[in-house]
Amino acid sequence: MSQSLRPILLFAAMAAALLAVGFGQGWPVMLVILNLCLISAVMSVGLNMQWGYAGLFNAGVMAFVAVGGMVAVLISEPPVMVGWEAGGARILVAGVMVATFSGLIYALRRFISRRWIKNWGTAALLVAAYFIIRPVFEGGVTAVESIAAASAGNLGGLGLNILVSWVVAAVVCMGVAWVIGRIALGLRADYLAIATLGISEIVVAVAKNEEWLTRGVKNITSLKRAPVPRETNLQQAEWFQNLVSTLSGTNPGDADFKTTVIEASSIFVKLCFTGLFTIVLGIVLFLAIRALNSPWGRMMRAIRDNDVAASAMGKNVVRRHREVFIVGAAILGVSGAMLTTLDGQFTPTGYQPLRYTFLIWVMVIVGGSGNNLGAVLGGFVIWFFWIEAEVAAQWISVNMEKVLTPYLDVVLISLGEGSLKVQHGVTWLKNAAPHFRYLLMGMVLLLALRFSPRGLIPEAGAARAH
Amino acid sequence: MTDLLNALVLMLNFVIIPATSYGAQLALGALGVTLVYGILRFGNFAHGDTMAFGTMFTIFFTWLFQGLGLSLGVLPTALLALPFGIGVTALYAISIDRLVYRHYRVKRSAPVILTIASVGVMFVTNSVVRFLIGTNEQRFSDGQKFIIKARDFKEWSGLSEGMKLKTTEALTVVVAGIAVAALFWFLQRTRMGKAMRAYSDNEDLALLSGINPERVVMVTWIITAALATLAGVLFGLDKSFKPFTYFQLLLPIFAAAILGGVGNPLGAIAGGFVVAFSEVMVTYPYKKFLKYVMPENLEPSGLMQLLTVDYKFAVSFIILVAVLLIKPTGLFSGKVIRA
Repeated sequence: MSQSLRPILLFAAMAAALLAVGFGQGWPVMLVILNLCLISAVMSVGLNMQWGYAGLFNAGVMAFVAVGGMVAVLISEPPVMVGWEAGGARILVAGVMVATFSGLIYALRRFISRRWIKNWGTAALLVAAYFIIRPVFEGGVTAVESIAAASAGNLGGLGLNILVSWVVAAVVCMGVAWVIGRIALGLRADYLAIATLGISEIVVAVAKNEEWLTRGVKNITSLKRAPVPRETNLQQAEWFQNLVSTLSGTNPGDADFKTTVIEASSIFVKLCFTGLFTIVLGIVLFLAIRALNSPWGRMMRAIRDNDVAASAMGKNVVRRHREVFIVGAAILGVSGAMLTTLDGQFTPTGYQPLRYTFLIWVMVIVGGSGNNLGAVLGGFVIWFFWIEAEVAAQWISVNMEKVLTPYLDVVLISLGEGSLKVQHGVTWLKNAAPHFRYLLMGMVLLLALRFSPRGLIPEAGAARAH
Repeated sequence: MTDLLNALVLMLNFVIIPATSYGAQLALGALGVTLVYGILRFGNFAHGDTMAFGTMFTIFFTWLFQGLGLSLGVLPTALLALPFGIGVTALYAISIDRLVYRHYRVKRSAPVILTIASVGVMFVTNSVVRFLIGTNEQRFSDGQKFIIKARDFKEWSGLSEGMKLKTTEALTVVVAGIAVAALFWFLQRTRMGKAMRAYSDNEDLALLSGINPERVVMVTWIITAALATLAGVLFGLDKSFKPFTYFQLLLPIFAAAILGGVGNPLGAIAGGFVVAFSEVMVTYPYKKFLKYVMPENLEPSGLMQLLTVDYKFAVSFIILVAVLLIKPTGLFSGKVIRA
């Protein structure tokens, strides 16, 4: 197969699979999968910059996705004025103090060259900061969280359009990535992995516990997703009813008109998201491809393939790694904000590392490390199978149960008083079905890494060591 | 005087005893990680799930023995099941090595590729655990629960603070001590142990002197599986078994291994205890302790807790960051297995 034909065929196959879902399981289901495929593709492109371009092992994808989600909340929620009045000022003061101490530490490390003063000074400043800031901060937090705890108990956000958060998320994630990069880049590759793994646990712990910020496990629901209308509003709107009646041929008086409108509104909303996400993916992909083919991208690949030679040529390896890490993190942050926008809610308990970190790794490895189109394809394919694997497993377990119903009391093994019957097997299968996709993803990752290490769409002209 | 004694008992009961047993569990976990680092030269992300796998099989054997009416009296039945759990886990680890890791070893792939492969193994192991035992919490400790009960201690000493010592806590320290002693004896004194150290030190030189690499790797996996199962079972006995918690142990375990110096067994043990003690001490509320120690009118008003328990991962992370910034080679500079 020629190099240029392969991606086209693979994307066509993917489109066919999605169409098949549309015809088989209905268009709303297909659009739900498609929207998450698009978000997954953005994540996958972001991680591909870090891993595919530069060979950096980021085990904390979840951190950036969760930060993106938090930013979406903080930008779009209306401010809770009672919360601000109660303790907002104290929290702001604490924030200013954090900034001051960060500045002091930065200055100390920047302008003093004696190593021991640097390290002990930093430690002393950190301890001082902790004991000075904590009482101020905690008083504010208690005040905020005790105000209208059932409905709010937080400070709310800026009340801006949620689309703004997509940009802000990128900026915030760049900051987080800068800090991690300063600490962990330039050491062994797996130190970065552990450091990012740690930061992702901490970010999720913050999201769960800092109620003044995110309402924690009380969740934030019904976020305003401004450019995209709500289904209920659409159903009332006259232009939409007219549109539906022209398209479907039913009239407002007909018996099934109401259900048609409801169905159409759900599809319309999903299509709006599809449009938005496609635009973002398009922009991200365009920039990523441009970056890869620029001198910067070539330098990055040169560093990845032989960092010793690259540094001998005068390239600052650590600095370049930090750049690419930050850019990748920004893209991951955007995807996180998009995800929260689509969900319309922020649920910190939903962030699981297998789903939000390691699944994205499967996408990149399967799609083709170092190839942006490959990463997009990987995002689509893996998300598709992640969803459909569960559907398939449920289908199998339900049908097995049907087939085995007459034999439920047949004894398989008898063990003294208790004996193992077919019934137990069926129950087990039913309970095990939701876990099938983890096995599938593990197998896919291992098989891809072993038999197709360059992925579905390999990087052009690369001869990588593995 | 009694106040000081009370304060001491308080610290023993809530900080020193729990942190010692937790430290022993982390040390065993970190030893497994550090062995894989030293000999197979990659960071094994599947280690947490291997611990869960081994614990799961130990629980199965415990249930079987309980069903058969076998027990160890005051000690938990799990102790009897442990060798069988280790056996199954060792077989699993060796098969995984054959099916997955060997290919990359033979090809001499970059360590990070092996780490990614271990992510795949993590997914698979995790799903096996989910399939077989589910995601719910399991408690499998039986036998006598306490060696010293808080109330008995209060009656005996006449202090107002009680001290309890759980069987599982004492057991953890004893079993971990035996395991570590056996490991060091093995690495120091046996031919195989010396071969492993040589292989870790300089792979090519070891091969040249006729050491069979496949055997070294196999023994490494057996030991790793044993350490992982031990760590997992002791942790599960002490707290409870929940598969997801075992994945989260990955962070403190890696922090311990890196703090001690990657590939250095002694360092891994020290690292385990440092991480455990920091975690417990930072998240312990000192209010009551200070009440005993401070003069009467200086009593603190708050809980005097540096960090809430929700942020205990932050402790491992801060330790990790400090090590990476100040001494990336760890306390006992590592990279090779030195016993």
